[in-house]
Amino acid sequence: MEIPLTKNIKPGLVAYNLEDYRRDSGYSSLLKVLKNMSPAEVTNLVKASNLLGRGGAGFPTGVKWSLIPMDGDRSKQKYLICNADEMEPGAFKDRYLLEGNPHQLIEGMIISAYAIQASKAYIFLRWAYKKAEAGLRKAIDEAYKAGYLGKNILGSGFDLDLYVHSSAGRYICGEETALLNSLEGKRAVPRTKPPFPAISGLFGKPTVVNNVETLSWISHIIENGADWFKGLSLTGTGGTKLYGASGRVKKPGIWELPLGTTMRELLEDHAGGMVDGHKFRGALPGGISTDFLIEEHLDVKMDFSTVAAAGSRLGTGTMIILDDKTCPVAFIHNVERFFALESCGWCTPCREGLPWVEKMLASIEEGSGKMEYIDLLKFNAKYMGPGNTFCAHAPGAAEPLQSGLKYFHDDFVKHITDKKCPWR
Amino acid sequence: MSLEVSMVKITIDGKYYEAKPEKNLLETCLSLGIDIPHFCFHPAMGSVGACRLCAVKKFRDKDDTKGRIVMSCMEPVTEGLIVSVDDPEAKAFRASIIESLMTNHPHDCPVCDEGGECHLQDMTVMTGHNYRRYDFPKRTYNNQELGPFISHEMNRCIQCYRCVRFYRDYAGGKDLNVFASRNNVYFGRHEDGPLENEFSGNLIEVCPTGVFTDKTLSKHFTRKWDLSNAPSVCVHCSVGCNTIISERYGSLRRIMSRYNGAVNGYFICDRGRFGYEFINDEKRIKTAQIRSNKDGIAEPVDNERLFAILDQSLSKDKNIIGIGSPRASLESNFALISLVGRENFYHGISKKEFLLTKTISEFLQNKSVRTPSLKQIEKADAILVLGEDLTNTAPMIALALRQATRNVPDEEAKKKGIPSWNDAPLRVLAQDARSPVFIATPFIDSLDVIAESIFRATPQDIANLGYSIAQKLDDRAPDSNTEKKDLKDLAGKIALSLKNAKNPLIISGISYGDEAIIHAALNITMALLSNGSNVMLSMVLPECNSMGLSLLPGKSFEDADLLGENKEIDTLVVLENDLFRRADENSVNELFKKSRQVIVLDHLSNRTTQKADILLPAATYAGSEGTIVNNEGRAQRYYKAIENKNQIKESWQWIRDFIKVRDTNHIVSWNRFDDIADSLANELPLFSKLKNYMPGADFRMLNTKIPRQTIRYSGRTAMNANIAVSETKLSQDHDSPLAFSMEGQPENPPSSLVPFYWVPGWNSVQAMYNYLDEPGGSMKGGDPGVRLFESAEEGNHIYFKHKAQITVVQKDEWLIVPVYQIFGSDELSSASTSILQRIHEPFVLMNKKDADIITVKDGDTVQLEILKIKLKVKVKIGKSIVQGLAGLSVNLPGMPFIDIPGRGKFHKL
Repeated sequence: MEIPLTKNIKPGLVAYNLEDYRRDSGYSSLLKVLKNMSPAEVTNLVKASNLLGRGGAGFPTGVKWSLIPMDGDRSKQKYLICNADEMEPGAFKDRYLLEGNPHQLIEGMIISAYAIQASKAYIFLRWAYKKAEAGLRKAIDEAYKAGYLGKNILGSGFDLDLYVHSSAGRYICGEETALLNSLEGKRAVPRTKPPFPAISGLFGKPTVVNNVETLSWISHIIENGADWFKGLSLTGTGGTKLYGASGRVKKPGIWELPLGTTMRELLEDHAGGMVDGHKFRGALPGGISTDFLIEEHLDVKMDFSTVAAAGSRLGTGTMIILDDKTCPVAFIHNVERFFALESCGWCTPCREGLPWVEKMLASIEEGSGKMEYIDLLKFNAKYMGPGNTFCAHAPGAAEPLQSGLKYFHDDFVKHITDKKCPWR
Repeated sequence: MSLEVSMVKITIDGKYYEAKPEKNLLETCLSLGIDIPHFCFHPAMGSVGACRLCAVKKFRDKDDTKGRIVMSCMEPVTEGLIVSVDDPEAKAFRASIIESLMTNHPHDCPVCDEGGECHLQDMTVMTGHNYRRYDFPKRTYNNQELGPFISHEMNRCIQCYRCVRFYRDYAGGKDLNVFASRNNVYFGRHEDGPLENEFSGNLIEVCPTGVFTDKTLSKHFTRKWDLSNAPSVCVHCSVGCNTIISERYGSLRRIMSRYNGAVNGYFICDRGRFGYEFINDEKRIKTAQIRSNKDGIAEPVDNERLFAILDQSLSKDKNIIGIGSPRASLESNFALISLVGRENFYHGISKKEFLLTKTISEFLQNKSVRTPSLKQIEKADAILVLGEDLTNTAPMIALALRQATRNVPDEEAKKKGIPSWNDAPLRVLAQDARSPVFIATPFIDSLDVIAESIFRATPQDIANLGYSIAQKLDDRAPDSNTEKKDLKDLAGKIALSLKNAKNPLIISGISYGDEAIIHAALNITMALLSNGSNVMLSMVLPECNSMGLSLLPGKSFEDADLLGENKEIDTLVVLENDLFRRADENSVNELFKKSRQVIVLDHLSNRTTQKADILLPAATYAGSEGTIVNNEGRAQRYYKAIENKNQIKESWQWIRDFIKVRDTNHIVSWNRFDDIADSLANELPLFSKLKNYMPGADFRMLNTKIPRQTIRYSGRTAMNANIAVSETKLSQDHDSPLAFSMEGQPENPPSSLVPFYWVPGWNSVQAMYNYLDEPGGSMKGGDPGVRLFESAEEGNHIYFKHKAQITVVQKDEWLIVPVYQIFGSDELSSASTSILQRIHEPFVLMNKKDADIITVKDGDTVQLEILKIKLKVKVKIGKSIVQGLAGLSVNLPGMPFIDIPGRGKFHKL
């Protein structure tokens, strides 16, 4: 089984530096691209590979790049941005790649920037990722010194400057247009779409925003081709995926596995099953903005389309598991509290709906909830749904809420009738 | 291409409509009379999609029965669009938005100043939300002290973001912002303190609820429905913004913006909004007074005795001189002309101001140049401001310029498919790109931030820059004789920019009293015209009727034939004018001394009224009907909101009564305002357009006059109970089509006669939608006002010769140039208590190096000696001021008249 993204990552050992990376044939894809490929050829190859964005939404990367106007005028400023603002509770896959193999990301970014002919690129990094920041800065320094960054890269005439921007620490900055506002020094509020960043992005210029995991794939796809990439997955979608598991499992962690690995395999083979004395009750398969899946879904293949068919989303692929010793109401309350705190305050349903939800959940958990809150929670979950809000923040928050209300209905009722939390 | 071809067909709730594709769905529905609740959208500011209240259902095609919710403010109008406003799911969603906003909005309507004209109240009723299901505590905030104009009550905030979008994005303010996030966002200043922006008062109207309310109104608070209103025109600068003035119990309670699509649109400046308090001032002249001997004390006199005295003194054979005023109406000035005869009528402005205004007004009348309305200024795509501090002398022009800077980037955005209503993406795409604006002024200017180039220089060099620009545009135009390379280079750059623009705009004015600046501006205009350019020329004048006065016959009162020794004056009539603000003290005193009898008509006590032998109480604009002409030559009429009590009369009425005394044959029989307005139009051809331009006093809608009061006006039978227990008879207004009553047809009177905005369901200013052909468009039936002169046929362009006035400044001397202040430099608004709190004490602006020479620091007091006048002034150090130049704040309350530019010396104290 191939694990191209993580094969060189040795957790706990000293950082993987330029020398190590080059020894493992690093930057050979870049050389190949700059010598033999036109920007359009790079984009077409990525398009052919069907690489779907690993940030959560699963948008085809090559298609995103092809939306950038390439009217031949190289003097027009364009930007490439790596979204490394991994702020979602339970998600730590990008951190693994950032800390473990920064040059893999940098090489991917240089090739991607070349494909869209961007001369400036930014890594928008989560504020708390101090170790990753140090590693990235060192790696970028090495890359400049080696001529992979800066003016006239490897004699190709292509210029690229790469900057690390450490975020001030808001979850909403992970939303790509809020990220752009934040990077411009403005309030981190999402932007109106259309126009999409490909037309008017950072500083109003054509911009591509890709996730760390997505960009880390680029050098491998260049090296091995689109068919190889497609062959890596179990479902034909393409590639492996960094899956994670957290919660009361024996071995929480992160694993690179073929896209389409089942939840059961993840849970039992890789996470070592539930901690003794704990039973599986459900999981948020792709981070906290995805719907709960329960025991009956354990054999669902963790792929974009199949998870969607089961009523949830693959999201980041970092699964959070709910066990029978944990109160689902408290669990959901904790999730909604996070979303309420991280709302940017721009649109009404999110700004007003989430605090209301949070207060009702707190009240139920504390034993003072009313039966009508259940309907009001359902109402709010629908009210904050897709299309009703300005961005995906509140609809994401609504997913664990609506599915939690469905799967753990009896637990909610018991809290209210007993006027206390059964787990406390 | 005809208009019909560009329209698209859309379906709204099963009905077909034709709509403009450049509009969004919300604007379209509002102009079709389909009510869609909304908060964050504002016609002047476009859409941002924040509040989510304007949700409607959109269907893919005819077979789509499910549809999806979209925000109508963000939905482009496209051919075949199918939507439903009445869809049950969309309706329920809109009610949910209100429900969730109400989770935090306090139920304090009874004590909220916004109550009764609150957009949030209207929207709540419109969506049908009633019972609340939220049973947790509400969020609360601390409020801020925001200065004398605006009260702050953050708990009422519904986070529509209109305030910051207006204040920052639209008006260029810096000291109001949104802080924090989630349901804790806070709209305010970084700390307590007066809002600095000159347009802050618009927050009152822009805010859909009671967060920002009028602090001056709250001092004598009255609900909207209890106000008696009239359409008026602002008298505090030459732009002529339209206002609604509101009265209760005989005092003026507040001023709001009155929509005029060609002039001020939705907004007015703070001077215009808060400058009204002088009308209620204790210092108002309320009774006629008479002074028996020159040095005696004036004593009240009743009408009988007053007219007995006038009968004696105003007999026909006496030499009567009239001094008119640029702050009095055309009709009052015209009445004075009729009393004294054209040859004895003098304009109450300095000779310099008279000549400069004349030059401008003749140029605008006789040349083929467009003099733009504010709306047209907003369409300019390259702008030169030559020697005018617009933010302080014509604030709304400055605001219009800020909008004009978006034209060039918005054209770019159009190419990328971003429509003009989609505000946020336009700003993202534009970033710092702007239409080119060039500012040439002596001192730091609020508009510097929007300028492509700033030219900081003496008035002389500003004129030189202008001459050079004209010369670069047309070889025949005289060049300046300067050798300064940076000036010449900049002139070349500006010339090119103006030449390449589709709608270039030149703005200048007379505030530096420099003929050369005006000649230079006119030369540039002529040079552009000879290039075939579509140039617009906007000239700022000092006062609300400066232009109107310039169109009347007469000379400056400083003219030698009046001030000369041989002139004998029996009676001098001074109309609404403090001559001590116009000329130096000695010559004004001389004038009064040689006049056997001085009659003064005015509102407030001032040095001129103190010289009056007969002082008569003149109604302010709020108690008068009249016509004034703004700087573009637009004549606009204002109406009274206040009934004149006791001896107070409108100036034209006083003067009519003088005429009656003199003219025993009753040739002039002006019984009503319409009569004098007709006489003016008949006798002076320039004003012939005014004939019948407004509906007269006999105008009726459904057989009634237009009510000044809303249908809910309360207290009519009781409010005068302290005077008479029985209901007092309603006052009659014989002069206008408006009635001091709530009876009549309140909806959609002629556009210039709208006393307030109200239609069922719309109690807030947003009711305005129903009075416009489309949001942000024109008033139904056309925008108010009539332009007295349109651009003339192509004439010969004879350039003004280069004639830069050189003031030779000696060693130890500075060239002193006036500095104008939005709060302080205007006479009447400065007498308002709220404005007074924002007026600086007299100051002088200078360069740091100059301050070092006289060894003073910022904040020190120095003595300025100029033209034998000695003044104590505060030193303010300003960046980028040319050395040897100093700016003196002028026209501030208590300051003497000083004829500057001129040379002055500083003495350290």
